[in-house]
Amino acid sequence: MNRNIRILGIALILCFVALFVQLNRIQIFQQKELQENPSNMRSVVRDFNRERGEIITIDGEIIAESFKVEGQLEYERTYPYGDLYAHSTGFFSFQYGADGLERYYNDQLAGQKETQQFNSLKDIFTVTDTSADLTITINHSLQETAKEALGERNGSVVVVDPRTGAILAFWSYPSYDPSIFGSSDLQAGEKAWEEYSSLPRGEDPRLPKMYREIFFPGSTFKLVTASAALTSTSATLTEPEFDIRATYTPPLTTFPLQNYAGSTCGGDILEGLRVSCNTTFAELAAEIVGAESLIETSEKFGFNEIPPIDLPSPAESVFPDDFGNQVGETDAEPPIPILENTPALAQSGIGQFNVKATPLQMALVAATIANDGILMKPHLMDSFTDQNGELIEVYKPLIWQSVLSRQDALSLQLAMEMTAASGTATNLAIPGVVVGGKTGTAQVDADRPDDTHGWIVGYAGPKDRELTLAIAVIVESVPGQGQLTGGTDAAPIAKEVLLEALKIQGFLE
Amino acid sequence: MKSRNRNIEFFLLLFVAVLVVAGYVLASLGRSSSIPANIVPFLIGILLLLLLAHLAVRKFAPRADFSLLPLAGLLNGIGYFVIARLDKDLAGLQATWTLIGVAAFVATLVLIPQVRRLEQYRYVLMTIGIVFLIMPLIPGFGREINGAKIWVSIGSINFQPGEFAKIVLAIFFSAYIVEKRDVLSTTGVSRFGVAIPELRHLGPILLAWGVSLIVMVAEKDLGSSLLFFTLFVALLWISTGKISYLIMSGALFSGGALLAWSQFSHVQERVDIWLRPFDDPTGDGYQIVQSSFALAEGGFTGTGLGVGTPENIPAVETDFILAAIGEELGLVGTTAVLTLFLLLVGSGLKIALTSSRPFEKLLSAGLTTLLGFQAFIIIAGVVRLLPLTGVTLPFVSYGGSSLLANWVLLALLLRISDEARRGETDENPTRMGAR
Repeated sequence: MNRNIRILGIALILCFVALFVQLNRIQIFQQKELQENPSNMRSVVRDFNRERGEIITIDGEIIAESFKVEGQLEYERTYPYGDLYAHSTGFFSFQYGADGLERYYNDQLAGQKETQQFNSLKDIFTVTDTSADLTITINHSLQETAKEALGERNGSVVVVDPRTGAILAFWSYPSYDPSIFGSSDLQAGEKAWEEYSSLPRGEDPRLPKMYREIFFPGSTFKLVTASAALTSTSATLTEPEFDIRATYTPPLTTFPLQNYAGSTCGGDILEGLRVSCNTTFAELAAEIVGAESLIETSEKFGFNEIPPIDLPSPAESVFPDDFGNQVGETDAEPPIPILENTPALAQSGIGQFNVKATPLQMALVAATIANDGILMKPHLMDSFTDQNGELIEVYKPLIWQSVLSRQDALSLQLAMEMTAASGTATNLAIPGVVVGGKTGTAQVDADRPDDTHGWIVGYAGPKDRELTLAIAVIVESVPGQGQLTGGTDAAPIAKEVLLEALKIQGFLE
Repeated sequence: MKSRNRNIEFFLLLFVAVLVVAGYVLASLGRSSSIPANIVPFLIGILLLLLLAHLAVRKFAPRADFSLLPLAGLLNGIGYFVIARLDKDLAGLQATWTLIGVAAFVATLVLIPQVRRLEQYRYVLMTIGIVFLIMPLIPGFGREINGAKIWVSIGSINFQPGEFAKIVLAIFFSAYIVEKRDVLSTTGVSRFGVAIPELRHLGPILLAWGVSLIVMVAEKDLGSSLLFFTLFVALLWISTGKISYLIMSGALFSGGALLAWSQFSHVQERVDIWLRPFDDPTGDGYQIVQSSFALAEGGFTGTGLGVGTPENIPAVETDFILAAIGEELGLVGTTAVLTLFLLLVGSGLKIALTSSRPFEKLLSAGLTTLLGFQAFIIIAGVVRLLPLTGVTLPFVSYGGSSLLANWVLLALLLRISDEARRGETDENPTRMGAR
């Protein structure tokens, strides 16, 4: 019996060793991963009863601040501009944790980064406020213009400085007042939270659609298809020429793809972009560029990857990465494979089928072209300042990817400027400066042709110098309310915003 | 030797008191930056409780092992200051239960001078055990709390009879197996090199399996079910050394578990949460996800007592108390708790090894298995090593029935230890002081 008792002892020891190993995994090896998990609210709860830095726009408006209050909580977090910055700052709530910049930069705002903890020996012995104020790249008057220009229509406006990736305006409607979640009136916060949670996803004002929701990009995606053609084939803006026609039937299907409103168009890529010719780009994608190059180019622009923005849980824009096995070859020179899903590839080339992008992603497509082919990492942080007013960290612009050669980027700029001058984006044109654009009218459902999102992407800047602004605007479809088009619905909003931005930058009076 | 053992115990208990009071003060400092107002009565209370238990052992089981009481006292104390830090009201109740537990400990030592007397009441005990087990199923008596039907209400008092059933059944199993030991060990037919006992001797194992299945299914108490079955199989195996029992019970258990999994949604739910807790971090997986976050927050050394936020883990005072310890005391704290349980298991099995009579051997090994294995399955649930089975962490978790039962269990172990040493010294007087 004693031998068996010893074996039982060993078995129990092994059980406890297994527990010890698992505790090491959770507490040590997976520690960072678990702490950074999006549903982990612990650091927020920890930081709630502490001083917390302000969030300030680049032009000095305080958009998030903390006050000491009497009651159950020591501090309240308030947002003086209500819903204007909700999708950038996010909220900071005792019950619901934090989102947005409040979450992404929680440690710095709360003064919890190691580098903020002990600046000098005396800090060890005195209690100092180590929290830092965050200055962001958004310009207050531009943000207000974006909100007013979009009005009460579901949609988003994203303005980026193509040279640095700095986000200058970041608005999506509907929005909400994050103060309600930062308030010490927990019941009010709870009520609002439950109300918002009961809404369908698209109507939930907490959703920052500009970076967390993906939409069919429609014809704005033709910029990516054109980029793929210029980069990976012998095609140029003027070569080859496509038939002038109303429909195009891709290989392996009898179902024809139509031009907008049944119009006829064709010609070269330049003309295709100017008038937004579906048949041209569907054929270009399916029979000249091919799946491999289109996937590669869209991924260079940032599709199929979590964008490296300083916000939590940004959505990945998607381009399908598989069009099936090869079943034949095109007669293009050089020939490219015809795949089982080549009809879907034709659809993808005009931003339909399963292609979906965030408004942020489409602004970055315009920014890449405006920045001569170099895609910069998008960011909201400008700098951190300590409570003595001293700068402790300044954002340095970083390249995300080199997408296009300068030559190809300049070709696309030419096409976009022609589109703004005499094509579908004339509503974007602004005299006295350089403006390029590309419209999009994206069908939400193949069965409801009148249910469309209106898109525009574009850029602007002074003549004969580098371009300083890139923009994407989407006005989301309202089922049953008729078509929304990029040219008539989105472009005027973008124009209004670009006008204000050019004034702020000193290029217009 | 007997006074030496008791003196070591006394100094260990003083050390326990210092650690527990220190933990209590630190938790209060961490929470409100103030030393608790009741610190002097608290210190006196702890010392009196431990002294009471110590004096009882000194008087009624003088030769007993010196480590069990300090180990249990320390686990109880750690549990207490963590509960006090989590919920003041529960801490008051837990203090009362600890007092009652220690009183029951003393009473057990007084009322049971020799465990062998229990052997003759085995069938009475079996009946009591089964009644305890199925009590929660009796309409009017039983109550379902948090999805498990393991509670019984008599008047305003709620208790978990299962906690007492496990001790009573450990005594019955030990006595039964000792009685039938010869029959159970006879080799039946040999197949594939494994001796298979005759079918009729499988009756008991099938009965134990059936009862544990009923517990699992009807009371939705996965933890207790696993605990009873493991206890029975461990005792059967210790006594016979037959691998075939292990294989058969392993097969039976797997079959039962599979059956339960395929038939019952609450079992499937537990397994799903275990495998994919992060699929629904705010819903079904909330508890285990929060527990993992708490443990990760603690890291190596912990956030410090009273400084973490373990309050948001549901059932943190009971099933998930280790997560609170892990958050505020880190891996250091959780390892300390594991070590205390291992030492408890070691001391318990040493008693089994030194006992000369089979019944005492089996009973002490069984009681030790109960303590060690119960600690294992609940901690394994908290750290996602096994699906969560709601049982308490012995001595540490909040809970009157559990605390009371475990103090009685401890008294039985000390009683057996005392008898084993007494036998040793009576029969081999020359070996006195050899240890």
